[in-house]
Amino acid sequence: MLKVEEQQPVEFSSALIEKFDEIVRRYPEGKQKSALLPILHLVQAELGWLSAAAMDKVAAYLDIQDIEVYEVASFYSMYFLKPQGKYVLEVCRTGPCCLVGAEKLMGHIEDKLGVKENEVTADGLFSWRGVECLAACGYGPVLQIGPEYTFYENLNEQKVDELIEDLRKK
Amino acid sequence: MARKLLLEHINVPGINTLDVYRQKGGYRAVEKALKTLTPDEVVEEVKKSGLRGRGGAGFPTGMKWSFLAKPEGVARYLVCNADESEPGTFKDRYLMTYIPHALIEGMIVSSFALGANTSYIYVRGEMMPQIRILERAIAEAKNAGFLGKNILGSGYDLELYVQPGGGAYICGEETALLESLEGKRGNPRIKPPFPAIAGLYGCPTVVNNVESIAAVVPIINDGGDEYAKIGIGRSTGTKLISASGNLVRPGVYEIELGLPVEEFIYSDEWCGGIANGKRLKATVAGGSSVPVLPANLTLKLANGDPRLMSYESLSEGGFATGTMMGSGGFIAFDEDQCIVRNTWNFSRFYHHESCGQCSPCREGTGWMEKVLHRLEYGHGKMSDIDLLVDVSKKIEGNTICPLGDAAAWPVASAIRHFRDEFEWHVNEPVKSLSTNYGLANYAEPIAKAVTAEN
Repeated sequence: MLKVEEQQPVEFSSALIEKFDEIVRRYPEGKQKSALLPILHLVQAELGWLSAAAMDKVAAYLDIQDIEVYEVASFYSMYFLKPQGKYVLEVCRTGPCCLVGAEKLMGHIEDKLGVKENEVTADGLFSWRGVECLAACGYGPVLQIGPEYTFYENLNEQKVDELIEDLRKK
Repeated sequence: MARKLLLEHINVPGINTLDVYRQKGGYRAVEKALKTLTPDEVVEEVKKSGLRGRGGAGFPTGMKWSFLAKPEGVARYLVCNADESEPGTFKDRYLMTYIPHALIEGMIVSSFALGANTSYIYVRGEMMPQIRILERAIAEAKNAGFLGKNILGSGYDLELYVQPGGGAYICGEETALLESLEGKRGNPRIKPPFPAIAGLYGCPTVVNNVESIAAVVPIINDGGDEYAKIGIGRSTGTKLISASGNLVRPGVYEIELGLPVEEFIYSDEWCGGIANGKRLKATVAGGSSVPVLPANLTLKLANGDPRLMSYESLSEGGFATGTMMGSGGFIAFDEDQCIVRNTWNFSRFYHHESCGQCSPCREGTGWMEKVLHRLEYGHGKMSDIDLLVDVSKKIEGNTICPLGDAAAWPVASAIRHFRDEFEWHVNEPVKSLSTNYGLANYAEPIAKAVTAEN
């Protein structure tokens, strides 16, 4: 839920505003609300999550009501309404991936990181969650890491350990 | 070797680039359509091809195009549905990743046929790498004069954009997709009016799946009649099948429609059989939303004839003994897999993805998930099985969009064909725990809890 105490001031850079402008030009005049989802992705990639202040700023830019942004941000599963780890490991937990070991892998990640689903590690580096089908069912188990949504296929415990260690060294 | 129309050059190095794609004959369809055909003639070729929507519905594409309203002075739109998120289906991701120009070329030809001057490819947001691939390919096509103003001197203008979704399976439903593209929650619209009359921004709009649009390219290159010669009956052409689960070689395959299911599963040319020498227990032939079939009905029709990979053969016998082609998401379950657990998993998916607009879906999917969860984890009652059937019937056909049906069918079909397995979970709650899913860490404490409770 949106919290008043999370309303830290937000300023978007001119470079980010330029990207917003480029997106808005894709739609007919007066239909700038179509830019809402792509713009929220850009803001989240920049800030790591969507605070109420950031969403208000987006609403002002698009000349729409704040609530129109909140209802979209809270509907779609990709938008984070609270801070996350720098790296969010999203593991596909749907049928075909589970047939080849996704649930076991999620248990391993929980043990490895020492935090439960949707919690952040003490160093702020990681959080993890199970997500619904990532459309790579033949190459499971799979996981992705935003904001680039880099994709990892045919995973096992060893590969996940290596991936986490690589991210720690970055 | 089976004939391939979409994936023929998939292994050619650099086929994702414009240069290599053109070396392999790419953009011939754009040149042919824009220089030698009228938009109506393109529509006619697609009608002759018999192409049916490859996203799941199977509705004839040419007929869908011909419904498009054409009022004077009103914009028309083509929107590509690349919101691939049906469990078991991953063909569109594959196509966009490895041969993006096939989709872009199809978008240009299709937009020309429909009189659209602005088109969008709505890609599920999780596919950011594919979004970047498509944007790069669009830039290449534009630089080469295949997009923009006066394409190839034809007088036809087209701008093409990629729109990322936000993570919602429901946006694969065409009206929910349009709502999302307009910057709103993905709540499906009541039809009519259909998008062909009032779609994006209230304008006439066609929404087609990635594979359907890509298939327009070989149809225009070779002609609709040639395309219609491939396949069987009203299932014409080729189809991408996403194969997953307990198969020796899961992956994306292009088949000629009419291939026997048994050959698809066991032949070395395709999936190579069931992994680890196990026996086939069941399949989901067209993505998680279609009814599950036990092995015997997967391979044979009720009359003993071989079942084929075609729209008609897969649905032969209705839901009593058949299933659906759907999106072509083919999931194989070996003899060790637990039907109850898998049904619970799919049910959780549909509960999670229900947009919440219709009460039967919003409440019913959650109810089914909870009942299946307690059956799987050893706390079920025998009456739960009939309760599930009852709830599934109350959802089916009672929602604005097909997500309700998609949630109901896997549950109803699993109980129809595997009722004894559900009863076993009630009678033997400890023995039936699904350790085969890699839940060894969890099975012991659950077993203790169940034993203590009983």
